[in-house]
Amino acid sequence: MQTLTQQSSRQTAPLGTRHTNNGVSVRKRNFGDVLFKYTTMSFAAFVLLLVVLMGYEMYAGSSLSLEKFGWEFLTNTTWDPVMEEYGALPFIFGTLVSSFLALVIALPLSIGIAIFLSEIAPQWLEKPLSFLIELLAGIPSIVYGLWGIFVLVPWIRTTIEPFLSEYFEFIPLFRGAPYGFGMLAAGLILSIMVLPIIASISRDVLKAVPQSQREASLAIGATKWESIRIILMDAKSGIFGATLLGLGRAIGETMAVTMVIGNRPVISASLFDPGYTMASVLANEFTEATTSMYLSALIEISFVLFVMTIIINALARLLVWSVTKQTTA
Amino acid sequence: MQETLIEEPRTQIQKPTVRPMTEQLSAKMIARNVNAFFGKLQALYDINMDIHSNRVLAIIGPSGCGKSTFLRCLNRMHEVAGGLMTGSVTLDGRDIYETDAVLIRKRIGMVFQKPNPFPTMSIYDNVAVGLRLNGIASKKEIPEIVERSLKQAALWDEVKDKLDKSGVSLSGGQQQRLCIARTLAVHPEVILMDEPASALDPIATAKIEELIYELKKDYTIVIVTHNMQQAARVSDTTSFFYLGKLIETGETKTIFTSPSKKQTEDYITGRFG
Amino acid sequence: MSTEATYTPSLKFSWRKLWNRVMLGLCLASALAALVPLLLIFFYTISKGAGYLNLDFFLEMPKPVGEEGGGMANAIVGTIILIATGSSIGLPVGILTGVYLAEFGNNKFANLVRFMTDVLSGVPSIVAGVVAYTLVVIPMKHFSALAGGVAMAILMIPTVTRTTEEMVRLVPDSFREAGLALGIPRWKTTIQIVLRTAFRGIVTGVLLAIARIAGETAPLLFTALGNRFWSTDLDQPIASLTVFIYDYAKAPFEDWNNQAWTAALVLIVLISLLSFAVRFVTRSRYNNR
Repeated sequence: MQTLTQQSSRQTAPLGTRHTNNGVSVRKRNFGDVLFKYTTMSFAAFVLLLVVLMGYEMYAGSSLSLEKFGWEFLTNTTWDPVMEEYGALPFIFGTLVSSFLALVIALPLSIGIAIFLSEIAPQWLEKPLSFLIELLAGIPSIVYGLWGIFVLVPWIRTTIEPFLSEYFEFIPLFRGAPYGFGMLAAGLILSIMVLPIIASISRDVLKAVPQSQREASLAIGATKWESIRIILMDAKSGIFGATLLGLGRAIGETMAVTMVIGNRPVISASLFDPGYTMASVLANEFTEATTSMYLSALIEISFVLFVMTIIINALARLLVWSVTKQTTA
Repeated sequence: MQETLIEEPRTQIQKPTVRPMTEQLSAKMIARNVNAFFGKLQALYDINMDIHSNRVLAIIGPSGCGKSTFLRCLNRMHEVAGGLMTGSVTLDGRDIYETDAVLIRKRIGMVFQKPNPFPTMSIYDNVAVGLRLNGIASKKEIPEIVERSLKQAALWDEVKDKLDKSGVSLSGGQQQRLCIARTLAVHPEVILMDEPASALDPIATAKIEELIYELKKDYTIVIVTHNMQQAARVSDTTSFFYLGKLIETGETKTIFTSPSKKQTEDYITGRFG
Repeated sequence: MSTEATYTPSLKFSWRKLWNRVMLGLCLASALAALVPLLLIFFYTISKGAGYLNLDFFLEMPKPVGEEGGGMANAIVGTIILIATGSSIGLPVGILTGVYLAEFGNNKFANLVRFMTDVLSGVPSIVAGVVAYTLVVIPMKHFSALAGGVAMAILMIPTVTRTTEEMVRLVPDSFREAGLALGIPRWKTTIQIVLRTAFRGIVTGVLLAIARIAGETAPLLFTALGNRFWSTDLDQPIASLTVFIYDYAKAPFEDWNNQAWTAALVLIVLISLLSFAVRFVTRSRYNNR
């Protein structure tokens, strides 16, 4: 984020290129300098190539499946390795629903946390609290999954799902047998995982709103909350960017989801039912892919996942950049 | 950030020991023994001041003398920046630190040094937002009050055709008048202005000064400025602050022609500051 | 104007005050709510994992199904080897790219590289695994520690690049000028003065990147695969703590489940140590100034 805004502040060209140390010529460059520049540059080019190569490898690897199924791959609901028929819709559905559910749960909480940290908490509380919330981001996905299997899922099965089905059964989302493993568990665990991302970026975005805006609203007789509402309007696009970054994380999240979602390629209206995500099917079936068509279909799924996350992340960064740029300028 | 969760802190209050009777009757606001702090740093020392209705009070002094801090003590904005304050400030005889800060700030409006319209709101909404928040006008009345406030702020003719444009699309001087209109809309009794023209060009400054003169009829105005000519032009009373202390208060004419304190004279004649 | 009525809070005002309290209270509540899963995860990991934590865990090999006890010596060594392999590819690329971006990065090409680095940091780790599979496993025709290392390198590069760039940029230009004024060529100035000054910052980035990959599981599932036996061979499948946790968590044996918790505890301690190291490095840098 900072790099783009900083780069204009320093001129790199004049140093060293103007004169060699014996002062012979303005143009002549030290051989070592040229070598150094182009060596580092080649590594930068390598990174660039790597991303292109990743895209290409997945595109090439999925050619069999691309040829056979075409666009129908994205809309077909059958995933049948025995009959060699592959459609990714159940996985796309599972990824989108679990991620969306995660955002529905995490977004209000994250904004609340961001507001608390940036607008309400005294400094002595803000720092340790921020640290704890960032700690949540540092816990490995596999540990979330482990905790999910042995703690969260049993709790959902015995407490949350019976409760929801008793009082909210009229909503189709909350019908069916309480397995524990399923979309609800995936959504919950994902919400815990994306919460620190959305919260900490939103906090930065809120902090970037100038103090004069807070004072302006208080001075016309706004309450603290009304003043925060006005500040939230300023921070809207940045928070939206933070949400997209969280979404990008949720969509690509693998282990924790795989361990709690139940892993069945079905499209069901109920959150109690098991589901499957794009990342989970890769984790579960990649080593079992015995035929080249099977493997090709799986690689195509990872290609779709790759493209989705690139689009989401690019959008998110543009939004967060534009906000932080405005305030540094 | 000293704020606690629910409420801005109740500042420690010392009851004024003496409350002189007769001459304060016309005073709109009375400050007694005001001391202000930023952490351990003391910014104001025992300020006593009366602010009279329908007059313009100018506060002058070199930068860092505490004049802005004092202004912010008058509508409880000092605590928003994390400062502490002791002493008392009254509005119509009631201690503002014993009343809800939100109510106080509605009655004592403020215009800031840098124009700060809400960037996400249109010109119209910038003026209307205070009305909506405070719920002091019915839906029908709002357009009327917005128009009146913009007219009072001498901005109406320039913006009447683009009320739905963003507030930040205006020039600096227009933005500042928009902020004044925003303040006027909630109909305060006192308006505090913190160097309202320091970020503006001379023409915009002249417009703001004219405006202050007009507003005096209906409002009590306190203006902080480091521009002595401006103080001389717009104010009835002038106070001189130096190093956190109130050195001298008096009729503007008197202060600028025959100040009674040496420090005031030195400042006014440009020997320091 | 100054009637008592203006002081008496209206009904509307009481409502606004109440709403203010409710909403600010909700913000506090959400901050507290976020701490609940954190505490729960730590509580369970410690209470369930600590019981099986003993010297055997670090020194013994996994026991066959049915036999109690055993350890994860091979997985611990495997994780270290995977990190080392990933680092030996990822660090040079990341650091040199970061240096390029900081020292010569005022052009469109550099902006494109920056953008691609950001894209790369958003790529799901499982996708990095798929790419390592197509790049290494398919040509080699078998799973290997090397493939796992490649996947981890891909995941390290963005973090290392970005921190290196930021840290090198923080070095004041006067340092560079001082070097050049002594007649030292620019490249030597960069290496001997600029990079040395930014060294601690770069180490921070490296540690952060290692902390990130140490906890990765998904990219290893079909690259390094996992191995129940002792192996340090880059050409062969290799065990790792995270894949062990995954396998043991899914297994229907209580003993294995418990060992999964212990492995999780070890992993969290390892990652915490790394982040404490980051704090230590960054703090002593400020102390030196």
